[in-house]
Amino acid sequence: MNLLAFTTPHVDYHALAPELILGATLVVLLLVDLASERNRALLGTVAGIGLLAALVPVLTLAVDGTDRFVIAGNPAYVVDNFALTFKALFLIAGYVVVLISTNYIAEGDYYEGEYYFLLLSSILGMVVMASSRDLISIFIALETLSIPAYMLASWRKRDDRSNEAGLKYYLMGVFATAIMLYGMSLLFGVSGSTVLADIGAYTAKQGTQPIITLGIVFCIVGFAFKVSAVPFHTWAPDTYQGAPTPITAFLSVASKAAGFVAIMSLVFIGFFGQSDVWQPMFWVLAVLTMTVGNLIALRQTNVVRLFAYSSVAQAGYMLAPLAVAGDLSDAKTALSAITIYLIIYAAMNLGAFAVIITVARKTGSAEIESFNGLFEYAPGITVLMTFFLFALAGIPPLAGWFAKFVIFRATLDAGTAAAYVLAVFIAVNSVIALFYYARVAQAMWMAPVANDDRTPIRIPPSLTAALAICAVVVVGVGFYPQAVAHIGDMATFV
Amino acid sequence: MEDVANHWAPSVAIFAPLAGAVIMLLVPRANEAFHKWLALLTSLFVFAVMIDIAYYFDYDKSGTLQFIVDKQWIEAINARYIVGVDGISLPLLLLTALIVPLVVIYSWNHFPEPHNPKAFLILILVLETGMVGTFFAQDLILFFVFFEVVLLPMYFMIGVWGGERRLYASIKFFLFTLFGSAMMIISFVALYFLAEGPNGQPLHTFSMIQLNNAQGLAHTTALLIFGGMFLGFGIKVPMFPFHTWLPDAHTEAPTVGSVILAAVLLKLGTYGFIRIAIPILPDAAQSWAPWIALLAVIGIIYGALCCLAQTDMKRLIAFSSVAHMGFVMLGIATLTTFGLEAAVFGMVAHGLITGMLFFLAGSVKERFHTLEIRRMGGLLLQAPRMGWILGFCAMASLGLPGLAGFWGEFPAILASYQPVSGLSEALFRGYMVVAAFGTVFAAGYLLWLLQRTAFGVPREEWEGHHFHDVELPEWIAWVPLLILIVVLGIFPNFIFHTASGGVQSALSAFGQ
Repeated sequence: MNLLAFTTPHVDYHALAPELILGATLVVLLLVDLASERNRALLGTVAGIGLLAALVPVLTLAVDGTDRFVIAGNPAYVVDNFALTFKALFLIAGYVVVLISTNYIAEGDYYEGEYYFLLLSSILGMVVMASSRDLISIFIALETLSIPAYMLASWRKRDDRSNEAGLKYYLMGVFATAIMLYGMSLLFGVSGSTVLADIGAYTAKQGTQPIITLGIVFCIVGFAFKVSAVPFHTWAPDTYQGAPTPITAFLSVASKAAGFVAIMSLVFIGFFGQSDVWQPMFWVLAVLTMTVGNLIALRQTNVVRLFAYSSVAQAGYMLAPLAVAGDLSDAKTALSAITIYLIIYAAMNLGAFAVIITVARKTGSAEIESFNGLFEYAPGITVLMTFFLFALAGIPPLAGWFAKFVIFRATLDAGTAAAYVLAVFIAVNSVIALFYYARVAQAMWMAPVANDDRTPIRIPPSLTAALAICAVVVVGVGFYPQAVAHIGDMATFV
Repeated sequence: MEDVANHWAPSVAIFAPLAGAVIMLLVPRANEAFHKWLALLTSLFVFAVMIDIAYYFDYDKSGTLQFIVDKQWIEAINARYIVGVDGISLPLLLLTALIVPLVVIYSWNHFPEPHNPKAFLILILVLETGMVGTFFAQDLILFFVFFEVVLLPMYFMIGVWGGERRLYASIKFFLFTLFGSAMMIISFVALYFLAEGPNGQPLHTFSMIQLNNAQGLAHTTALLIFGGMFLGFGIKVPMFPFHTWLPDAHTEAPTVGSVILAAVLLKLGTYGFIRIAIPILPDAAQSWAPWIALLAVIGIIYGALCCLAQTDMKRLIAFSSVAHMGFVMLGIATLTTFGLEAAVFGMVAHGLITGMLFFLAGSVKERFHTLEIRRMGGLLLQAPRMGWILGFCAMASLGLPGLAGFWGEFPAILASYQPVSGLSEALFRGYMVVAAFGTVFAAGYLLWLLQRTAFGVPREEWEGHHFHDVELPEWIAWVPLLILIVVLGIFPNFIFHTASGGVQSALSAFGQ
């Protein structure tokens, strides 16, 4: 190989446009932060516009519809329907997070410019993750999305809890990354390539080999931390409770989705031939995650902490289809089911957090009791929160039912005894989950108003917009699920 | 007109209440008169649409679905928007469409605490969409969605407007039924993957029509799938031993909630057996039938014994529901046309009579502020008209010939004399004897209730109290039910005839 004969690779800039726009927005944010000491409101606007602008090339690429390699001939970084779907999800979820952050950050005496800068950096990492089909690009994407998140978690710097949140998240995160890197190095060692497609081709030909098994297990464990699967969830409740609430929403939705994107790319492209290794592993992870998450959630008295455990449990449902996705047709349904679940989950959970932030603006608390009697003085928010809660519980006609349903469908598609047992676990768990979601509803509808304080809650415009976006998705998709089902069916690479 | 009715009537009946609810959502809650009138007009409109459907319904072909609409809904999972009506669902739809305007009228002047007619009526309308939709749906997923839609409004109705232990009762109701329907949905999806058509090709459909008498299932698989449905429907009915949510829900629910619960919601379960579980899995149904019948007669006796032990009037009526639904399930378990016709009649009769009894309990509670039976007595002196109506309903409920209740119970007992071939006659005749004892108990607890509440002289604590007798909204809400109890008692053939075609097609696999 002659190193001097280096030729500039041909880069498809259209395919790379979303990342480029986000990068440019990051620079603009820093400049605006420098230039405008007084006009802080501009920062959130710039961040929001940047996210929406990055959505434009995603849409044009989707309309174009051809699968592309960003660097010609190199399958390490691709743009296909799967990548585009998740890029759109990350950008829109990021936009909603910006909306719910605006007042929180502006009124809370925090660094604003850096906040948006880090938030968008993290989103950039996620957008990169959606296209990564190579161990190295996956690793870079993971670090780009994680490191800003560690800092954002401890953004309330005068609060011990927030410091604890950031530190815990950071230590656990780097620990997981180390394990994952070790796994990746093993896989690279045996297969001689970092490209997932090559690793997939290699591992499919091998039988069960300890090194490959170890590599796969370590990689999955690394991302199990990211999606807070039990027993790798211990950071989540403290981090979620301590972090600024918009960041909690961001971690529980976008960061989790990014973890799933990586898991899906790794499993379905890199490890597909080794399903004997990962199927049982996901089965155990799924059952543990949903059961432990739900049972602990039952005992929570703090809404944010309750939602932390709820989001652990929700990850369990999403892991379930992976436990039975061993053959090709099952893999397709599993992939589309997880995609659909992530989209709907994003809307439900972000909506719920938007309400929590709105209510906390008045009560200054996140205890369940602070929701007492909400219906008396804020019926609109109460109805919306009720929608989000029961959507999360999976009650029709709210979108969550369809998410649950596709998970059932993907799980039962395999038709094995293990699949049926898993489905029964999901069913029983959804009943357990209803109990704690309903407890919040009970507080809002059936408990007397706390301190007899009935002053109405003022909802700033940005929060109204966030609530509206989430509510439209939750109600609309509930009645006409084909809207996301179609996306889920398209977004496959198997 | 007929053409319009053919294509649109079912969908209009399903979604008109929802549309009404959305409009009400947008109008401020201070405007109470608007909300009341809109809710009443919407529910009357639905009733008119149902009358229209009943008018154009071809009663000679009650075994085939009519007014069918079959449209794409969720292509990705091949779930379709299929609605239609046949002889089994028509009586139940008419019952539903009748009950809803009556409860709106009944609550006209006395909404339970914490008042708020707007929210209360919106919930009733959403409930109506769920109930009507369930009876119309001919696709398993559509059915499932409507079946679940009723949960939320009922949960809030009990939880917000209910009695003292409303939090406990409402969440118990919700958890029990959700557990059942979670198992049910697993069964539905399993059917989707496993059911095969006549030529052995996989069906991959949720359409009830295509899944009829599904092939290709191993017997044990079919038994398990039926088991999942049994949990879903059996908890809703509710069958012994899943009935424990019912007394709590009924006791704590506001009057109107109890009426809807008794008159319509319980029927969703029994209807599910007749519409889905039996036609799709006839073999499994036959294997399950002896056990279902066993639970049914246990329910009859257990419900009756519990009634005798109650001190609260509403709780007593709730337990009587357990017993009555036992008769319905016994009729279903015989798997004969006669038994299923009896079941359909039993559902309608129970809806009318028990609905009426809960109305009465509500009115008594309003006047006495208690439902404790031992504090009552002499209702015939204090409010004679109400006392007589209570006596009339008690008679109807215990199955006096000539009133509607008789035609629900007696044929069900008779049908178990001769269950479908393949089921043990000796066993079912044993059940028959036990069930017959159940009617004696029923006479016992109802007459005892009547004796303790209506007869005698008022207790001292009520001296000097003046009680209003039946008031205008009560008359308007009750008279249609009272008339129907008599009319159906004298001309039961309207329902038997309507149901028979539908029942025959439901049992076609048994060659009857």
